[in-house]
Amino acid sequence: MNPSSLSPVGESVTRIDALEKVTGEAQFADDIQFGPGLLYGRVARSPHPHAQIKGIDVGEALALPGVKAVVTGDDAGGKIGLYLKDRYTFCRDRVRYVGDPVAGVVAASEEIAEQACKLIRVEYEVLEPVLDPLRGAEPDAPVLHPDLGEYEVANFIFPRPGTNISNHFKIRKGDVDAAWPQCDVVVERAFRVPHVQHVPIEPHVAVAQVDRSGQITLWTSSQSPFAQRNLIAESLGISQSQVRVISPYVGGGFGSKAGVSMEALAVVMAQKVPGRPVKMRLTREEEFFCAFVRQGLVAKTQAGATKDGKLLAMKTEYYWDAGAYTEYGVNITRASGYSSTGPYEIPNVWADSYCVYTNHPVGGPMRGFGMPEIHWGIEQIMDLVAEELNMDKVEFRKKNCVREGSIIVTGSKMHPTGLLECIDKAAQAIDWGKDEPASAPHKRRGKGLAIMWKAPAMPPNPGSSAWVRFNEDATLTVGIGGQEIGQGTFTVAAQMAAAVLGVPFEWVRISAPLDTRYSPYEWQTVASRLTWSMGNAIVAAAQDTRRQILELAAEHWGENIDDLDIKDGVVVSYQSEESLPLKDMVVYGLPKPNDQGWRGGPIIGHGKFMPTYVTGLDPETGQGPRSVVHYTTGCQAVDLEVDTETGQITVLRVAAAYDVGKAINPDQVRAQIEGGVVQGLSTALFESIRFGEDGAPQNPSFVDYRIATVVDMPLKIIPLIVEVPQDDGPWGARGVGEHSMVPTAPAIANAVAAALGVRILDMPLTAEKVFLALEEKGERS
Amino acid sequence: MATHQITLTVNGVKEHTQVSSNITLLTLLRERLGLTGTKNGCAAGECGACTVLIDGEPVNACMVLAVETDGAEIVTVEGLARDGELDALQAAFIEHTGVQCGFCTPGVLVSARALLNRSPDPDEDEIKDALRGNLCRCTGYVRIVEAVKAAARGGD
Repeated sequence: MNPSSLSPVGESVTRIDALEKVTGEAQFADDIQFGPGLLYGRVARSPHPHAQIKGIDVGEALALPGVKAVVTGDDAGGKIGLYLKDRYTFCRDRVRYVGDPVAGVVAASEEIAEQACKLIRVEYEVLEPVLDPLRGAEPDAPVLHPDLGEYEVANFIFPRPGTNISNHFKIRKGDVDAAWPQCDVVVERAFRVPHVQHVPIEPHVAVAQVDRSGQITLWTSSQSPFAQRNLIAESLGISQSQVRVISPYVGGGFGSKAGVSMEALAVVMAQKVPGRPVKMRLTREEEFFCAFVRQGLVAKTQAGATKDGKLLAMKTEYYWDAGAYTEYGVNITRASGYSSTGPYEIPNVWADSYCVYTNHPVGGPMRGFGMPEIHWGIEQIMDLVAEELNMDKVEFRKKNCVREGSIIVTGSKMHPTGLLECIDKAAQAIDWGKDEPASAPHKRRGKGLAIMWKAPAMPPNPGSSAWVRFNEDATLTVGIGGQEIGQGTFTVAAQMAAAVLGVPFEWVRISAPLDTRYSPYEWQTVASRLTWSMGNAIVAAAQDTRRQILELAAEHWGENIDDLDIKDGVVVSYQSEESLPLKDMVVYGLPKPNDQGWRGGPIIGHGKFMPTYVTGLDPETGQGPRSVVHYTTGCQAVDLEVDTETGQITVLRVAAAYDVGKAINPDQVRAQIEGGVVQGLSTALFESIRFGEDGAPQNPSFVDYRIATVVDMPLKIIPLIVEVPQDDGPWGARGVGEHSMVPTAPAIANAVAAALGVRILDMPLTAEKVFLALEEKGERS
Repeated sequence: MATHQITLTVNGVKEHTQVSSNITLLTLLRERLGLTGTKNGCAAGECGACTVLIDGEPVNACMVLAVETDGAEIVTVEGLARDGELDALQAAFIEHTGVQCGFCTPGVLVSARALLNRSPDPDEDEIKDALRGNLCRCTGYVRIVEAVKAAARGGD
């Protein structure tokens, strides 16, 4: 398959998109020019977290000069949602969070549309809100979705009508009650993780145009053009063929641009002004609470081990603060349940994972899909158990972590994994076990680590497809439906195609922007699944292409196809030593001898991939033969200092080792690791969306919601690559885009605990919180 | 809204244009002059994605009214490459993978250009200080800092 010594797979080739991105020529959705016909949409939003809409008066708004149309819930089609259809694009009878869209205005300018939004009069009857997931799960809590039982839902999600629980996922493995008495050490804690936001530097933007036949075109910054097409078509009750989604480069996604968040608003508004494009951009303020936020979490965890250090039992309750609607939240609830032990082999496990509606912003997917949130607790509990046992934390983890053949939480067998090697490498890189002095008398130094696992959390059948076609000079275009959101997928796609086809990497172009009318189907750019899933489709398409080329050459030369190869863009025969440049055959075909006509023709190859082996899980026990495609594992070790006078944490070194199966582009893998480490650090130290008692976000700006800047980065990040191949990955590869964010926060928390003897269970570890914890302990110098 | 006739130089080209008093330099660049390389990330002077040079100084274009730039010399990301030659910073950002999604990249490059213009051989602290107003959510800043160092050294 891959005979060329010139294969770019495994090489750190330069990013295919770097040149256009450094010159400013790379096009993002807001850069597309629509000419003077462009109109702008703005949205009037609920000021209440929970209220009944009694009436809407749009008369004054409509009368404002420059206003072209006003839309409300009555104009907005049916319900929309990925796994659970639980919301309308514009609210109908009820609002469920501060920011819920009530009406939309289309106008000649953003300013006019904004002004008109303020003229929309909405009469509300304010209802009691639910602002905490524990409260939401109580039997007497106000029910936010009284019609939950009637919502359309995927068959692996289990809502509880009459309550706020939109999914309840259970694990019942072994017998935890019988196991506790056998444990010499049992530790129990409750952890909290706040809502945070993805903060892509590019805010959400969508431009919709509806022609007079009802054909919808949507230009968006999207991780999921195909899912958007599908969900919007379903919501409007029209054919998918009536919706076309075009998506150029995405200026950062991290999950916030997956599925549908604000895009359908633009479509509904555009339907009122046929023929005119309508642009809808979220302001930075809206970005913090009107698209997706990461779900909050309250995790109650109990773990027990015998005195020789063997984990025997673990019991977990997750209360996910899913917000007003779930989109992906129900599946995050599921994924966190079936990953609830972390990467440990534990014979007795009990887990209840609840997705709880609250009157907070919509909980969406965010880099790690629940794993950073649950590992925050898991990896601190493991440290605490090791401390109680007086065992070294590396040794404890190595004794209990999953390895090939381990029976994991769902009862299935773990595939080959390099987790042990990751632990060793990361620990060694920060000189684990060696006490090192702090840089000043009022500072304390500590080291900590955390391990992780994460599987792509998807329906059982998410598909990928790809095609390959040539230009006259044998340069080629690889058609894919996966999106370039910064992770480097276009580069990796080109490397894979070039490697299989035996052509120089530089010859490959990617079919961009993505366009659901022309691009091959791809489920979504989420779950760190593209290198693996789309990669398999690209390999299949390139192999199909290669076969057609070699068959043509074999026929031309009267040779056996097995003797032929493609090297550096030239078909060669090891038998006859004949050679033929691709440019002489891939478009025009080849002449038969003696002017007897031609054979071949423009070559076009295609391929697909879909996992076929993912089985369901028993709804009562969460057990099943194979619930996921694979787990990527890793370990991060942190060396840091805390200033006891200010509570400020300075991260000195982070070593981060991941088993990626095969690094198709090692430099890109390292870049993903570095980026995830700093995003993880940022959530660990700084980030939380704070809500007032009125349910309104209090800090929706970069001044009040701080993310890591260049001065906050760790002084040293050491990315480490481990390669234990995945049996069904291209060249053995599996994904790594999300993973480096997962263990960063608990590794920092563990290092802080090592430095101070103070353990903080609620994220983030702000300087203020650390300072107060030190004061409480009476240990501040 | 009152309008004003202004003359400014953008990437070496003189532009005479009529602007209303309320539009920002960012709007003028992106929506009137078609220079969409300069990005709008927050419209509040907090993220740095719209950084341009005004008379050599790095400024958030979202915080400047277009009318204030009458007579000024503006350099945007589109003006960094000269005569088909990439700026040393652009070449270094390609070589050192200083780019991921690319949305903050134009602003980062312009801020870094201002730094190298005033301090051709900056140390790491100077680089960080110059870039602290440019938010990036993808790279973790590691390779951005490396690329600026490399460009200062002469692009090795």
